[in-house]
Amino acid sequence: MTSTPEIRIPVSQIANRRQPDVRVAVVGTPNSGKSTLFNRLTGLRQSVGNYPGVTVEKHIGILRADDRTIELIDLPGTHALSAHSSEEQIAIDVILGRVADMPPPDGILAVVDATNLYQGLYLVQQLLELGLPVVVALTMSDAAKRTGVQIDTDRLSERLGGAPVVPVVSTTGHGVGALRTTLAGIRSVPVPLSPNGWPALADAARALIADTGINVRRVEVERLLIDGPNESNRPTLDALGADGPEALARGQDQLFGLVPPLAAEARARYAWVREVLRDVQTQGSLLSSWRTHVIAFFNRPVPGTIGLFVVMAIVFQAVFAWATPLMDLIDGAAAALGASVSGALGDNALSSLIADGMIAGVGSVVIFLPQIMILFLFIILLEDSGYLARAAYLMDRAMRSVGLSGQSIIPMISSFACAVPGIMATRVIPNRRDRFATILAAPFMTCSARLPVYALLIAAFVPERQVAFLNLQGLVLLGLYLFGIVMGILTALLIRQTALRGPKPPFALMLPEFRRPDFRTVLIQLLGRARVFLRRAGTVIFTVAIVVWALAYFPRSDGIDVGTHDAIARAEQTLSGVALTAEIADIGNQAASLQLEQSFLGRAGKFVEPVFAPLGWDWRVSSAVIAGFPAREVVIAVLGTVYAVGDEADELTLSERLRSSRHADGSPVFTLPMVIGLLIFYACCLQCAATLAVIRRETNSWRWPVFAWLYMTTIGYVGALLAYQLL
Amino acid sequence: MNDNTMTLAAMQRGQKGVIKAVDTACPQVQRLMTLGLVEGAEIELAGAAIGGDPLEFRLFGRGISLRREQARHFSVAPLGPGD
Repeated sequence: MTSTPEIRIPVSQIANRRQPDVRVAVVGTPNSGKSTLFNRLTGLRQSVGNYPGVTVEKHIGILRADDRTIELIDLPGTHALSAHSSEEQIAIDVILGRVADMPPPDGILAVVDATNLYQGLYLVQQLLELGLPVVVALTMSDAAKRTGVQIDTDRLSERLGGAPVVPVVSTTGHGVGALRTTLAGIRSVPVPLSPNGWPALADAARALIADTGINVRRVEVERLLIDGPNESNRPTLDALGADGPEALARGQDQLFGLVPPLAAEARARYAWVREVLRDVQTQGSLLSSWRTHVIAFFNRPVPGTIGLFVVMAIVFQAVFAWATPLMDLIDGAAAALGASVSGALGDNALSSLIADGMIAGVGSVVIFLPQIMILFLFIILLEDSGYLARAAYLMDRAMRSVGLSGQSIIPMISSFACAVPGIMATRVIPNRRDRFATILAAPFMTCSARLPVYALLIAAFVPERQVAFLNLQGLVLLGLYLFGIVMGILTALLIRQTALRGPKPPFALMLPEFRRPDFRTVLIQLLGRARVFLRRAGTVIFTVAIVVWALAYFPRSDGIDVGTHDAIARAEQTLSGVALTAEIADIGNQAASLQLEQSFLGRAGKFVEPVFAPLGWDWRVSSAVIAGFPAREVVIAVLGTVYAVGDEADELTLSERLRSSRHADGSPVFTLPMVIGLLIFYACCLQCAATLAVIRRETNSWRWPVFAWLYMTTIGYVGALLAYQLL
Repeated sequence: MNDNTMTLAAMQRGQKGVIKAVDTACPQVQRLMTLGLVEGAEIELAGAAIGGDPLEFRLFGRGISLRREQARHFSVAPLGPGD
């Protein structure tokens, strides 16, 4: 007999590995407190993925209760089972079991905001017709009590065909235990009796099924009657057979006549909702507090708008001022680490790859994190407190006049830190044309990677002079910011008149009540978004750093190395002490500059020099600009190397070297018109592979990133050309 | 109670009314109906952004913002202060 080795697996691990016992879809209207409840129920046992073919995030969490494993699917918020966006479509497709590799859920957790039963019950009524067990969680039941609303939950459950109704307060956990237990036993929750809010629809669907004699779920036929044939419900129409389309048209005609189906549905269902509300909800006297007075004050147009500008100023201040010390720290740490690596490994390709390629690459990703995290934190806080919707409402008129929408405000503000999170934030814009116009305008905003180049060129070439009471250098920087904003606006206006021309989009914005954000939810979201940023932008920036390093490093010239050795040997004979150290550093910098000149990058710079000659650039500037195309933040380091002051040179040394740089004929390279042109080029060009990648992802096509790149590069080139030739 | 109806866009700040008719032809309006702006719903104009557009309404205690041009598709019977 062979002895089997003893393996002990904890019972809990086996439980975690096996298939979930129950799969429950979490459904609710936007701002119903769905995500807060989901986070409360599942904690950190969540995974985030993507649904196939769309940019909608798939959130799945695991919940253990009564010895069972329950899988919760947190679906995007939707007001109804008719979709108006790809996110809503996904929610509906998951509920109806239409998504590949996702079996239909065993039950529905309907999340209803107790302070907004009116819209919440509209969705619940549709969910009750699915033929699945439904559990209703009444969130924010404490807020409802505070505003004097009383809800008879037993009566409500009765009106909802016996579906259990559980009041919860997600922030404190009140009622969550009871909800957990109910969810664990959701399979034994009886399928609710349809409340018959709209018997005519059910009858029409039954008649259609009887006519065609085919076994299709009634709810699918109901949606087909209301929404008409579309991409998602095509299988249902096909299942109805060859006579399906005709039978469907007949059914629609009988049921709706000339009334649009969505309007008929809204009328019938909301009539039912109002009747249920009269039955289960009593509105006590509204308690007036200082809070309601403050909120009422800031709902007035002028204080509200002033308040919005104050909030935006705080976000700006936080993103730029608070992040600076951390960024300096990261910058210093990366440089020190790189220096110690090249010190330990000596002067060879591997050492340079690690120090100048990998460590610098990781550093250039990590250095963005403080700003990005602070920015994300503020966006999440604004979103979860309900203020974001109000900001969109307040800014809608102004944004609309420039071809955007109120919801473009956060993407645009975010883009002042980095266009990548800005473009990702455009997902909140429901209209496709508004969204794409925002995506094209966002990269013109002055991102933090442009700032170092602005700072260098302004410090070197703009005289430090007072103009009225203002500093000229500061004015030029301000001008560059405004220039970016104006270019973004012109782009949005132009694109709305041409490629994205179309009718004015609908605008209906729910304005949720102000509420305190839930700490746990904020934290989970913050970590999630940081992870997404690192994955999307970080990988691209890192790869780019390695590629640019290789182009600037190879091929190596042995001749230069030999010359350097000789020069150092000579210096050692004649000099000593500080003078020797300085001389050796200078020789090293000269050698690095010579190596760069004959590297692939330097050759490319010389090759394209004729293209940039009309802008007044020599091969050095051209090389630095080429290196900056995949990631504009590397330009300073390349300039430092090419001008032989070292890639970590301070601004003063580098700007002196730039000032003394000469063309072959002895005229200075950096004249004022050339510098202004360079600044314009830099302000316009889309020199960021990470932004291109995120545009590709968010628009789901290569067309838009290619167009954005060509468009912005052309503007930058023409702008720089005009500045150099005319000034 | 008076029989005069007006469009949602013509309401005064703080005024309440009941939606009496909806111009359903426009798909944008159908979307708004899904959000609860249907005949029989009680609605109040809570305010407006700078320049008087968009408008903010309260519908069953919840804020909802509409642009003026969309508010014109709804007609309301105003409720007096005593109703």
